[in-house]
Amino acid sequence: MKLKRPDESGRFGEFGGRFAPETLIPALDQLAAAFEKAWDDEHFVDEYRRVLRDFVGRPTPLHEATRLSERLGVRILLKREDLAHTGAHKINNAVGQVMLARDMGKPRVIAETGAGQHGVATATAAAYFGLECDVYMGEVDIERQALNVHRMGMLGAEVIPVTSGAATLKDAVSEAMRDWVRTVETTHYVIGSVVGPHPFPWMVREFQKVIGEEALVQLGGTMPDDIVACVGGGSNAIGIFYPFAGLGPRLIGVEAAGLGIASGRHGASIGAGTPGILHGTKTYLLQDAEGQVLEAHSISAGLDYPGVGPEHAFFAETGIARYESATDEEALAALELLTRTEGIIPALEPAHAIAWIVREAEALAGRTVLVNLSGRGDKDVEQLARMEP
Amino acid sequence: MNRDLLDQLFAEVRSSHRTALLPFMTAGLPSLSTSADLFVAMAEAGADAFEVGIPYSDPMMDGPTIQAGNQLALTGGVTVESGLAVVAEVVARTGKPALVMTYANPIFRIGPAHFARQCREAGACGVIVADLPLEEAAAIQEPIERHGLGMVLFAAPTATDARLEAIAGAGPMFIYGIADLGVTGERRRSSSHARELAARIRSVTDVPLVMGVGISTPDQARSLTGEADGIIVGSALVRRVLEAPDEPTAITEVRSAVADLAGALR
Ligand SMILES: Cc1ncc(COP(=O)(O)O)c(C=O)c1O
Repeated sequence: MKLKRPDESGRFGEFGGRFAPETLIPALDQLAAAFEKAWDDEHFVDEYRRVLRDFVGRPTPLHEATRLSERLGVRILLKREDLAHTGAHKINNAVGQVMLARDMGKPRVIAETGAGQHGVATATAAAYFGLECDVYMGEVDIERQALNVHRMGMLGAEVIPVTSGAATLKDAVSEAMRDWVRTVETTHYVIGSVVGPHPFPWMVREFQKVIGEEALVQLGGTMPDDIVACVGGGSNAIGIFYPFAGLGPRLIGVEAAGLGIASGRHGASIGAGTPGILHGTKTYLLQDAEGQVLEAHSISAGLDYPGVGPEHAFFAETGIARYESATDEEALAALELLTRTEGIIPALEPAHAIAWIVREAEALAGRTVLVNLSGRGDKDVEQLARMEP
Repeated sequence: MNRDLLDQLFAEVRSSHRTALLPFMTAGLPSLSTSADLFVAMAEAGADAFEVGIPYSDPMMDGPTIQAGNQLALTGGVTVESGLAVVAEVVARTGKPALVMTYANPIFRIGPAHFARQCREAGACGVIVADLPLEEAAAIQEPIERHGLGMVLFAAPTATDARLEAIAGAGPMFIYGIADLGVTGERRRSSSHARELAARIRSVTDVPLVMGVGISTPDQARSLTGEADGIIVGSALVRRVLEAPDEPTAITEVRSAVADLAGALR
């Protein structure tokens, strides 16, 4: 496969790079070399494609959301990542990275997880390939995504609770990094989004771009006017954006506005953040004037992160994509709307993408909008049930 | 130049064949008003130089003890400015070299040149950035050196000899040899990596070498005499501050721990 990569230092424009403890640098070098070789190796790519087809169930369908389209006056196409094995796009990346871990001779993988989808995906891939798996998860997220915690346990992974900071996704990433600094000789860190030090943002994008590549084929030569995806770290968004970049459609990432941008309680790193360094990469993040990282907030655990992938920072800076946001409340309403009109209960994360379309329906009238429906909502049902009056 | 004080220490350490003790402590512990007193107590107990931590919200290279120290300092209102004010007071009162240790984001946020100027004004000799590997170092190293301070670069047990040479060749004022895989924190046993790494670094370069991470007891310190120009002890001291019921006890406990470590290196 042809590589369109960041530069040698892992930069996307001024963003990206490798701000990691020195102990990890040889492992990051090894990983970059192993990935580059594997991605050029027919056997690896064939196996990856075969696993995605037979185990994950790819290609996922492109679904014409007829009743939702009628309701909104906008033609909506859903890329059904919710139908991928384990219920979200995260498995595309987990399969690829666990294969690499195996090929690098590392018997153990670790992962961080917010919504639990990446943890489940990594535990699943580890079970499939026979590797040991530990997953770091914030205590707050363990509470709100209990179903996924049970799934990881059933799959043989150990879920390690993280209590530092706000006990959500940012803290889980930090704890996984600390584990990796200690265990790097025998462990691969399967990062769950297009974040972290080089080569992660590049590699995860390469494993996720299958979403957009399939959609291109499924569209049969037609082009949507807009492509919309939710953005936490940004892996599902980059996965669908990347193959379409420069081909015409507007690319719109939707961040979590939480309780509203003005409230300061949100996860809109691009919309309301500033450039800085978080978890090994230069990107937009939520921080104070002293460079202390602020807590994010979102009703959806997967968007509750104060940073974003460096390639999105680059896309935002260069205008390749634009970034909007939707509040907790708007996401809840959109979740209900999609459920009632299409019979699909989405995860709270992609409900943010739907929510933006609902809000902009008037301006989008008559256009064709492709949405990445990044995951299904089973994991959120318990949290939603608890919120009912 | 600011860095002279530390360069002189290494020259003295080498000529007298001893190993220097460089305690780490987060600025603002046990509180901003008594932070300098704690460093003065460490100087009296035999510390040769200091690593003063500017707290950061997400310290990726630090274990639970120093994380908690960071949190306590941040809650106590420590900023880059007030942290550097502690450095200035420590240098003035002890006459010993001080290094500023932090993470990349606070430095980039206020701007590396501005940060370097502030460090020079505080009298610091050099800067250590925990998440800044060789490839990313130039953006901070250049202004630091322009202001007459030195840059510290890390070397890890995972590095190849070629990488160790590249690190030594980048002009660090000393190499911070990471004595154990993993983040900062106390370890029961001495690392099996420490002596081997020290020997490997020594075989490729003459740049001063200071070992740190996972060194917490006098025995562990003693095991590295002759292997390195200095050792860094952090978590074992920060823990004593966190566990102390009041500030005077914190200072007494840290003073006695530093005295034990200094004794072990003699
Ligand atoms: C279904 C779903 N969508 C989106 C996300 C957010 O991640 P990313 O922005 O990397 O796609 C998550 C993360 O947990 C998720 O589970």
